[in-house]
Formats: sequence, structure tokens, C-alpha cells
Amino acid sequence: MKPNFCVNIDKLRLKNPVIVASGTFGYAEEFKDIVDLKKLGGIVSKTITLNPRKGNPPPRTCETPAGMLNSIGLENPGVKVFLKEKLPVLKKIGVPIIVSIASESGPEEFVSLAKQLDKIACIAAIELNISCPNVSRLAGVPVSRCADKLISQDADSTYALVNAVRKVTKKTLITKLSPNITDITEIASAAQTAGSNAVSLINTIAAMSIDIEKKSFKIASGVAGLSGPAIKPIAVRMVWEVYQKIKIPIIGMGGIMNTADAIEFFLAGSSAIAIGTANFINPGINVEIIDGIKKYMIKNKIKGLKNLTGGLII
Amino acid sequence: MIFQIKAKVFENIRVAQEYYKIILFCPAIAESAKPGQFVNIKVSDTIEPFLRRPFSIHQAGNQYPETKNRIEILYAAVGIGTQLLAQKKPGEFLDIIGPLGNGFNYMDSKQKATRQILVAGGMGVAPLLFFAKRYPLNGMILIGTKTKNQILCEKDFEKLGLDVKIATDDGSRGFKGRVTELLKNVLRTTQYARRTMIYACGPHPMLQEISRISKKYNIQAQISLEEHMCCGVGACLGCVIETKQGYKRVCKEGPIFNAQEIIWGKNTL
Ligand SMILES: Cc1cc2nc3c(=O)[nH]c(=O)nc-3n(C[C@H](O)[C@H](O)[C@H](O)COP(=O)(O)OP(=O)(O)OC[C@H]3O[C@@H](n4cnc5c(N)ncnc54)[C@H](O)[C@@H]3O)c2cc1C
Ligand SMILES: Cc1cc2nc3c(=O)[nH]c(=O)nc-3n(C[C@H](O)[C@H](O)[C@H](O)COP(=O)(O)O)c2cc1C
Ligand code: FES
Repeated sequence: MKPNFCVNIDKLRLKNPVIVASGTFGYAEEFKDIVDLKKLGGIVSKTITLNPRKGNPPPRTCETPAGMLNSIGLENPGVKVFLKEKLPVLKKIGVPIIVSIASESGPEEFVSLAKQLDKIACIAAIELNISCPNVSRLAGVPVSRCADKLISQDADSTYALVNAVRKVTKKTLITKLSPNITDITEIASAAQTAGSNAVSLINTIAAMSIDIEKKSFKIASGVAGLSGPAIKPIAVRMVWEVYQKIKIPIIGMGGIMNTADAIEFFLAGSSAIAIGTANFINPGINVEIIDGIKKYMIKNKIKGLKNLTGGLII
Repeated sequence: MIFQIKAKVFENIRVAQEYYKIILFCPAIAESAKPGQFVNIKVSDTIEPFLRRPFSIHQAGNQYPETKNRIEILYAAVGIGTQLLAQKKPGEFLDIIGPLGNGFNYMDSKQKATRQILVAGGMGVAPLLFFAKRYPLNGMILIGTKTKNQILCEKDFEKLGLDVKIATDDGSRGFKGRVTELLKNVLRTTQYARRTMIYACGPHPMLQEISRISKKYNIQAQISLEEHMCCGVGACLGCVIETKQGYKRVCKEGPIFNAQEIIWGKNTL
């Protein structure tokens, strides 16, 4: 038996359901020596903004039990340099390229970015990062000093933003959701109603670590995003909740380290999964998980991914 | 070219106090590694500790029979990861990624200088021995530690014909005081102040002081920096350091930087 391993999300065709999560795989070229990039189901770029962004001051990362904190602050070279220098390299790999975008100013920047990307054939989909905990809507102000709300913490803002972007592009739209919220399903529904073709969840969880010797934050910006196995059970729960509520596909992520973790996300309702922090620990893990899911499906006589998604028996 | 390899442990021995040396079998990395580069090591098979640990390559390559197909890491057991590393037994395997980073620039030294001063603070001898073994040097090494029991690799440097000078904080060996004070003495009293390139590795306060000294004497210094790392390959942007040209990744544009490029702030290690 050869299980059907393809996933279609609107016009986005993935040959397998394993993609790499935004911000954890750079622009892919960094891993070319040690990962067989052609085998990936898809690649999500580091989030880009209209203008180059310097990012947050160091230290930007620290280790925590079963995970890590990061506050990169969306450092990126801006869309112009991305299109000129990074995209051509990504394109050559030959797997679907999903470009993650965010705004430093307001919804208009998302619209302007989407318009530019819409014209470029080799971009398979756009991911709207409305959930980065490490930037506020005021450019450059660390969240610790500015308790501004994220777009994905408000259903109306989410609807308005996705709706505005939807109007300017026919490309597959994926909306990336924040777990830093009471009811994530409201945001997922708003994204669906506004015309998003899929949701991806979860982004990192707002968190903090303190150095007790220095009596200071371990991360310069104070608040940072928690990722890795520590967040997996929360992510699985959120995927399951969203799956009950919406019809569009879910790209599940949050702490996936191995095949068993990945299968949990499918059973909870994911149509595809993304590997994030695990890329830092074992860059070869993507390919291992692709093979592992296949084996699991064969062993359990599961014909296609459709039969695995939401396969949780309650 | 970067490799991810399951490297077999040959030997893992304590060399002094909390300092250890581990020898790993990994021909691909050993062959291509340059002095100043590092490897990112997974020290356990479980998710604790979670991240890999970066270590400079201490010796490698086929130049000497004792390092053929092998790399050596000199490390201090200071926390959970390095303490686990110290427990590894010969025959066990470690998942390592490398060689990473840019490495020291020796050509620069040849063009712009006729002498080299190597300055090591504590563990800082680790990449400098590899450097001294690889390239013909005309100069000296200053090794600074808290006390005499922590002095590493003194004999190795002597064997290579380098003039070795020691500084200890407590005065138990050599110059009493900081290695940077010793450096100032050397620059003041010898011909070393001209056409000299400094190569330094050690704690950041020491490197910051070396930046200051090298500026004052108008000589160049290449310094090896540290920052918390995740991917080690330039993807996560987690390891940046502030430079005059903006943030740079220690794992990719570094770990070796020109001392004058660095903007020293309170947030570096
Ligand atoms: C390029 C580079 C080369 C290095 N070369 C050597 C070497 O040759 N020998 C040696 O003994 N040490 C070296 N270090 C430092 C070494 O990486 C740390 O001592 C080690 O990561 C500590 O891990 P731990 O679990 O024992 O300590 P913990 O304090 O428990 O570590 C907690 C976290 O902080 C990080 N961390 C702690 N100290 C440092 C540090 N100084 N630099 C970067 N991350 C740190 C750890 O990686 C880990 O993620 C190097 C660091 C870098 C960046
Ligand atoms: C260092 C780092 C940088 C990240 N950068 C981004 C980013 O630019 N855009 C984004 O949408 N998510 C970003 N994320 C979040 C991940 O894409 C992912 O949603 C999250 O880490 C949870 O998955 P994981 O536990 O598998 O890493 C980043 C995560 C990490 C660890
Ligand atoms: S450690 Fe990831 S960019 Fe340097």
C-alpha cells in the first residue's frame, strides 16, 4: 500500500505534509549542506516586512525546560532585498515557497506587501504573521514596554486585516494565530470568514525568564516567545479546538520533535504540520518525520492524510 | 561545507580542575576545519538539556598524526550541558554539527603585520592552539588565569616555539594581575607595538579591554566572541552582536570579529 501523501490547501499543493516553520529555517540556504531541502513539503520564509528591520537587542534567546525563549523582533532585510536575494535561492530548491509577512505600521503594510507578492509566480502562498509576540504595532518598541494588542488577539481586527489582504491577492492565504488568547477559535473563525484559506497555529507563547544572579531579564526585551516541546500539549489542544469550529485546513505546530508528536497534531485536526525549534536541535528531523508519518500510515492502513486528519477517537 | 555527524568519542579526560578535553572521530570536519571555527554539539540523547552547545575546535586535521581524522575540544564543566559532556565515555557517540563560523584570518596578519600576539583568557587557549599549530607565527602568547592550576596548554605553545607569558590574578605564576595589563606592558616595553596583529579569545570584559588597547596602540585585533546560540548555522538570528555595521550573527559572520567593529553594550555575555 502506498498512502496518499499529498495535501492541497486551496492552490497550494504539498507533496508531503511537513513544512518548516517561519523564523526557524532562515531562508533555507543556511541548511543546504545538512538537509535534503528537496524532500521538504514546503518552506515558510522568515517573516518579512516592507522595510528592513534591525530586530531586538541581544541577548535574544535562552534555554528553558524542554524549550527555549526567543525575542528576535522580526529582524529581516525587507521585502526588496528578500525578493532580489533570498527568493531566487528559495525558488531553485523546487518545493513550494510560502512567504510570511508582517507589518510594522498597520494593516496597510500587509496589503502593500501582499500586492507585491501577488505578482510573483514562484510564491505558492502567503502566511500572515499577525501573531509575533516580539514586536508591538509601534515599530521598534519591545513588548515589555508597550502592552499593545496583537492583531490576532482581536477577532474584529483579524477579520478586517484578512479581508483587506484577501481583496488584493488570489494567492493562497494562511493566517498564523497566536496562543496568547482566551479563545483561539474566535480568531480562527474570523480568519475563515474573511477568506483565509488556512490557519497555522500556534505561534510562540509569551513568556519570561529571569537571571537571579544579575536580577535581570535573561532576554533583553523582557517578554519573549516560548517554543519547543514545553508548548506542545497547549498547541495540540488549540488545534483540536479550532478543528471543531472551522472548515478550512489547519497547519499545526508547536513543539514537534518527532513522528509521534506530528501524528498527535494530525489526529487533533491538522492537515499539515510545521517543524520549528526542532530544526535547531536536529536539522535532519524533517526528513525523518516525513518517513515516519508514511510508516505510521502504512502500519495503521491509513489510505490518505485526509483519513488521518482529525482521526482522534472520542 | 557543514556536516552533521555522529562522532565517536575517543577519549574524554580531565586536564585540570574543571577543565576537560574530548577527542572525537569525525574525518570530514577534521579535514576542513579552520582555526577559530566551532562545532555545535548535542550533549545528550534526550531533550534535556534542550539546545546544542557551541565549542571552539581546539585541535584538528591531518597536519599532525595525533589529530588525524579527529577533532579535540577543550572545555570547562560549568553548567548542566558541559557537566554531561564530561561524563561521556570512549566509544559513545555525539551528534555534532560543524565546522561553523568564519575562523581567524591569518592572511590579514601576513599582509599587515610581521608579528602576532595571542592573548588567551582561561579557556581562550582552545582555538588559539589550533591557530598556532596551523600557521607559522612570529610572536608570543599571553595566557591569563585566576590561579596557576588553571593554566592550560603552556607546553604545547612552547613546543611550537612561541614565547609564552603567564599572568595570574593571584600572582601564583608569572605576572600578578590581568592578562590585559600584561599585554599593555609588552606593548609599552617591546617592539611589539608596531606591525603586530593580536588574536584573542576569552571572556568578553577581557576582549573589550583588548579592543581599547588595540585602538590606543593603533594595532589590529581579531577577537573570538560568544553569544547564546540555537541553530549555529545563521538561520535563527538568535546570536547577534551589535557592530558598527548593525547586528551580526556570531555563528555566521563570527565568531571572529575585528575588535574595532564591536559596539560593546551591557547585553553581551
Ligand atoms: C563560538 C563559541 C565557542 C566556544 N568555545 C568554547 C570552548 O572551546 N570551550 C568551552 O569550555 N566553552 C566554549 N564556549 C562556551 C560554551 O558554549 C558554554 O560554556 C556552554 O554552552 C555552557 O553550557 P552549559 O550547559 O554547561 O551551561 P549553562 O549555563 O547551563 O547553559 C545554559 C545555556 O546558556 C548557554 N551558554 C552558557 N554559557 C555560554 C557561553 N559562554 N557562550 C554561549 N552560550 C552559553 C548554553 O549554551 C545553554 O544554552 C564557546 C561558546 C561559543 C559561542
Ligand atoms: C527563533 C525563532 C524565530 C521565530 N520567528 C518567527 C517569525 O519570524 N514568524 C513567525 O510567524 N513565527 C516565528 N517563530 C515561531 C515559529 O514559527 C513557531 O510558530 C513556534 O516556534 C512554535 O513551533 P515550535 O515549537 O515547533 O518551534 C519563531 C520561532 C523561533 C523559535
Ligand atoms: S545561532 Fe542561529 S543564527 Fe546564530
